[in-house]
Amino acid sequence: MTKAVTSKAKRIGMTGDEAVANAAAVINPDVVAAYPITPQTIIVEHFSEFVNNGEVDTEFVCVESEHSAMSACVGASVTGARVFTASASQGVALMYEILFIAAASRLPIVMAVANRALSGPINIHGELTDQTVCRDTGWISMFSESAQEAYDNTFLAFKIGEHPDVSLPVMFGLDGFILTHALEGVSPLDRKFVKDFLPERQMKYPTIPGNPVSSGLLALPDYYMEVKYQQELAMEAARKVIPKAFEEFGEKTGRYYGMIEEYQMEDAKTALVTMGALSGTTKFVVDKLRKNGEKVGMIKVKTYRPFPGTELAKALKDVEAVGVIDRDLTFGAPGPALYSDLKTTLYNYKNRPQIFGFIAGIGGRDVLVEDFEHIYKQVLNLKGTEKPVPIEWVGLRK
Amino acid sequence: MVTKEELKKVKIPKAKELIHTENRLAPGHRLCAGCTAGTIARLATLVTDPNDVVIFHATGCLEVATTIYPYTAWKLPWYHNAFENAAATASGAEAAFRAMVRKGKLKKIPDIIAFGGDGGTYDIGLQSLSGAMERGHDFVYICYTNGAYMNTGIQRSGGTPMYAATTTSPAGSVIPGKIQWRKDLVAIAAAHKIPYIATASPAAHRDLMTKVRRALDADGPAFILVDMPCPRGWRFPEKDSVKVAQLAIDTCYFPLYEIYDGKEYVLSPKSKAIANKPERKKPIEEYLAAQGRFKHLFKPEKRTDLIAKFQEALNKEWEYLLKLVNL
Repeated sequence: MTKAVTSKAKRIGMTGDEAVANAAAVINPDVVAAYPITPQTIIVEHFSEFVNNGEVDTEFVCVESEHSAMSACVGASVTGARVFTASASQGVALMYEILFIAAASRLPIVMAVANRALSGPINIHGELTDQTVCRDTGWISMFSESAQEAYDNTFLAFKIGEHPDVSLPVMFGLDGFILTHALEGVSPLDRKFVKDFLPERQMKYPTIPGNPVSSGLLALPDYYMEVKYQQELAMEAARKVIPKAFEEFGEKTGRYYGMIEEYQMEDAKTALVTMGALSGTTKFVVDKLRKNGEKVGMIKVKTYRPFPGTELAKALKDVEAVGVIDRDLTFGAPGPALYSDLKTTLYNYKNRPQIFGFIAGIGGRDVLVEDFEHIYKQVLNLKGTEKPVPIEWVGLRK
Repeated sequence: MVTKEELKKVKIPKAKELIHTENRLAPGHRLCAGCTAGTIARLATLVTDPNDVVIFHATGCLEVATTIYPYTAWKLPWYHNAFENAAATASGAEAAFRAMVRKGKLKKIPDIIAFGGDGGTYDIGLQSLSGAMERGHDFVYICYTNGAYMNTGIQRSGGTPMYAATTTSPAGSVIPGKIQWRKDLVAIAAAHKIPYIATASPAAHRDLMTKVRRALDADGPAFILVDMPCPRGWRFPEKDSVKVAQLAIDTCYFPLYEIYDGKEYVLSPKSKAIANKPERKKPIEEYLAAQGRFKHLFKPEKRTDLIAKFQEALNKEWEYLLKLVNL
């Protein structure tokens, strides 16, 4: 029997999925509606145990599909309830339709995404595309570098999403298998912390008995645009709310986060930029290169939506060349998700680096230290070129 | 726990009391003239306590026509999510209310009604409905069936009658409209062994309201299939909506009955009268002839072969229902 870790203890060994399940148990949401999918299964399995052993008060709705999972989350969240779910890959794709509605209805549902490559071919391993394709849904989107960060993101997601200025759903990713199934030491939090950090959700117009409010209405060309613009304003508000939430979390736990994390960037001439679990290896490689005298740093993008453009522009203003490593795909586009966003962001800045794109780790392909070193060398080689440079698929079998 | 016998005794207030009850669906909505969806919604919500009910809605005629931003015709708490997920949405809300009751934030789980059309129920929403019924959520799903995707312009659904002309099953020179029989959605619901199922009609308004109240009082999921004559899609004069609904009962195309616990079938008064006096059963031809969607069965020449085939299939269905009732 798996016991939920709801007390503040010293570091406990947990996989990323276990960490998320335990964080959800500490939060003790009103409703969890979920459907199992590899590599997310451990989250719902553990949470089911917590429910059936009476360790949480949550209503667990074990639905028949992810489409219904997100639909039930929406139905639960419109009543003002605190709602959590988790999914991955095909599951997120099946939810896609309802993700937009959750955001437009301004429902702070929290979803953990055990990032996995999308079919076809069918593949169960780590890749961030399942989450990057959700960039236009209106969800706040974060990634995790470690099981600890996935654990912490569970709390942060509720804090950010439920803020009255934001009131948006939040998804956070943890790379499939690399984080979901790898055992790490995680410092847990307790319910006292939750009581303090996450006071009860306040909803302005809940769908509850005696409150005759209609929501989810048909908006035609005369109003649709204004509704959508309000979502953009909410995203803008999130830019202010997120750093404050990170700050408060840091003060209370000693673990500080930023929308981006700069690593060895003080005097860096070259930078590698990435998201999710690749960040850890990138840091290791940066340390290794630094030992050889290379002026290199790295930036981890933690919040993918809202995209931290200003922060990135500031961090990269004195950098000459950047290699962006995307563990996600798009076809026939100028480049993958992070690369495209970064390049678009920096275009109008006077002081901006050259940017080169790399696709790596697709379908769970290992990205080795040598691959990062190769990427770094390529960035140095390409620096100064005036020709367009295609995106490199790192480690592609020829 | 409400027992089956208690459920059968559930009665609604007398008409003289109900006429003083405020409508929960305000006038000024944009449903078509003669549309019975509004009638059904009004009748169904009239037997609820406005302070103890929550409505969820699938995308469809009734949803679109009653809630065009910034207006709403609903005087009840109301939420629309998407087309195929009214049941899943309601099940999430029911779970939330259950959690609130446990935490002492709510006294009881309110009455929950999910409305969906035949497109959103027979077809795209069937999985969501099946899942919610299997999980046993305490809510009522009301499917108002007008036998096609009327909201998007009369396209065929799994609930469209055989030979009906729709825009995706037109009456062609080779194929005479939809060639398949409608799906037996009630039997599918019954297979879930839920406590209460009924069919209802705007032509039997007190019967409809009683069934809604029984469905709401049942512990667990309940399902009601309501016939919803549509002047636009069925091609009949707006004044004839209830008449057409009555014909559906009289010809046994839409018999009225209840199912308790997924196995005890009980005929409702109007259909029971036909079962008792079979000579009262009208030929299906009368029903078909009343609607323009079947006009190709009568013009340019009368297709007696097809009408006979329809009658034969219908007879079998009615006889099978009588067997279930007499089990």
